[in-house]
Amino acid sequence: MERSFEKYFRQNRLPHLWCPGCGNGIVMKAIVQAIEKKGLDQDKTVIVSGIGCSSRASGYMDFDTLHTAHGRAIPFATGIKLANPELNVIVITGDGDCTAIGGNHFIHGCRRNVDLTVVLFNNSIYGMTGGQASPMTPTHKKATTAPYGAIDRNFDACRLAEAAGATYVARSTAFHVQHLTDMIAGGIDNKGFSFVEAICQCPTSFGRKNKMADPAKMMMWMRDNAVMKAAWDKLPDDKKTEEKFPIGLFYNESETDYATAYNEVIQIAGGADK
Amino acid sequence: MSKARLMQGNEACVEGALAAGVRFFGGYPITPSTEVAEGMAKLLPTVGGKFVQMEDEIASMGVVLGASLAGKKAVTASSGPGISLKQELIGYAAAAEIPVVIVNVQRVGPSTGQPTAPSQGDVMQARWGTHGDHPMIALSPWSVREAFDTAVMAVNYSERFRTPVILLMDEIVGHLREKVELPEASAIEIYPRRKPTCSRAEGYEPFTPDKDLVPNTANFGEGYHIHVTGLIHDDTGFPIGSPKITREVTKRLHEKIDIARDEITHVEEYFMDDAEYAVVAFGGTARTAYEAVANARKKGIKVGMVRLITIWPFADKAIKKIAEKVKGILVAELNYGQLVGEVERVVAGKCPVELCAKYDMTIFEPAEIEAGIDELVAGGKA
Ligand SMILES: Cc1ncc(C[n+]2csc(CCOP(=O)(O)OP(=O)(O)O)c2C)c(N)n1
Ligand code: SF4
Ligand SMILES: [Mg+2]
Repeated sequence: MERSFEKYFRQNRLPHLWCPGCGNGIVMKAIVQAIEKKGLDQDKTVIVSGIGCSSRASGYMDFDTLHTAHGRAIPFATGIKLANPELNVIVITGDGDCTAIGGNHFIHGCRRNVDLTVVLFNNSIYGMTGGQASPMTPTHKKATTAPYGAIDRNFDACRLAEAAGATYVARSTAFHVQHLTDMIAGGIDNKGFSFVEAICQCPTSFGRKNKMADPAKMMMWMRDNAVMKAAWDKLPDDKKTEEKFPIGLFYNESETDYATAYNEVIQIAGGADK
Repeated sequence: MSKARLMQGNEACVEGALAAGVRFFGGYPITPSTEVAEGMAKLLPTVGGKFVQMEDEIASMGVVLGASLAGKKAVTASSGPGISLKQELIGYAAAAEIPVVIVNVQRVGPSTGQPTAPSQGDVMQARWGTHGDHPMIALSPWSVREAFDTAVMAVNYSERFRTPVILLMDEIVGHLREKVELPEASAIEIYPRRKPTCSRAEGYEPFTPDKDLVPNTANFGEGYHIHVTGLIHDDTGFPIGSPKITREVTKRLHEKIDIARDEITHVEEYFMDDAEYAVVAFGGTARTAYEAVANARKKGIKVGMVRLITIWPFADKAIKKIAEKVKGILVAELNYGQLVGEVERVVAGKCPVELCAKYDMTIFEPAEIEAGIDELVAGGKA
């Protein structure tokens, strides 16, 4: 039986190169299911990624796809969207890609409110390079470059995105697949910069270092610690322990997106008919 | 010809890019290139194009590559530190074969250097600035009108060869104001975006080279579902860890420029017919060198000038020919000595090659180059 989402994958490029138990495949599938749900034209949808294990997803997806340089997916995606606003542009990025080397592009992408949907595969680690600490590695967790536990404080990318001006901000996990799909679909709906953090497991580079080498255990951790936003808001502060985190839609405001605003510039400059 | 206008080199570069069909610009302000961004911000929307001021030069480079992949001819501009920041993605453009033009209005470096002062210190960076093996095209104008013409050429070459092209201006020409007459649009030849030659069903591969070794890669949004990556890839566009493909792709990237070398290497000669000595110069420095050569002629020295418009690929043939006929060559450049190494390589001992270098924020005085000519004549082979 052919499953309906299969048409969104380049069958001849599979199997993927990810480790057994890796969460990237789950998030990638949630993206195509959101695309299917929203009925996006496959010929008019572009997937743009940076560099990292997660960013390899673009090669497996049957659209126009762009595997850029480390951290730079958002500027490339901005150029694509502004050059041809009829294209739906979805960005795939990792926690290191998006918030370390690409951090400046991330906040300015949010600020410009270009109509992009950015899905951050947050596995709390630099997966591809073998487990170094990222700006989203939780404090005290171990990494090859933090063998005694990270002392750096970690980013909350959702709060960062909201503060920087993103008009849609949500979080979900690889355990909550249906919810994750809905969060991404909501981001596609939003005409502006949409940011979805997808918490996912890297058993190989993060799990093994942090007493969670079993991918199933990592997913149970997501199940046990993710709290839906409505419940989170009611949770007393002493119950909001270090491990617990909220998921759901955090912010959604309608603001003029960059391409629409620029069309006004073209009108004023008198270039509309050229 | 349109009516004569007083115009700055940087402005002429904007006009040339627009005339060649550029409809997208991404940049970040930096002296002495800022007027390129300002001109683009003003003029692009008047022709339905878009300008975006990015958060830095890396983003500026990324945004123009994205725009180019989506079908718009795109340009970015910067100087010194900004050009250094762009290097990784200039390499991306070379590897993924994305047409783009990078305007570098050179200033004194390294680092912040002398931000407002002229220099020609980025000759070698233009060629080798990004990592790895790759070809490069770089053009350098000596006048405001030529800033327009080379901007058109740069855009055309980037499209034709699907490669990054550097418009290697300098502060002298960038900020120079001259009366110019720009050609009518109908007189300007434009190289259009290359198009796929077959459909997906017929087995289209986005990186299969055409006869000229350049692929006819589709734009995003045209239904071809192409994959673009900075990893070494085969004709399908997908990465492959194969020594054979790595070798072939690296070779083709170079050869697509090499086989067109004669056509894209523009050199102009002045007073060379009976010349016994030659001054080699380019960009703003060539203006002074021209005067110096004219003065030396008045003194009875049979000296001519060879002006490189195309800096990369280097004008091997033209320089070799000169070396066979003159008694000595003087290379005048506004740096510690960069182009001179290429001249020496090509001349290969056939005649003496001397360097007239200047790296003190100021432009050459004709007398300084004349002194260089005098020395060359005194010490050159009999
Ligand atoms: C400019 C540059 N610096 C460093 C690297 C090496 N590098 C490749 S992927 C990566 C980290 C990826 O981590 P993340 O973005 O979290 O993605 P993941 O692999 O975890 O999915 C690094 C540092 C690179 N490719 N380019
Ligand atoms: S290293 Fe981690 S992120 Fe990379 S494929 Fe393996 S499990 Fe996935
Ligand atoms: Mg990661």
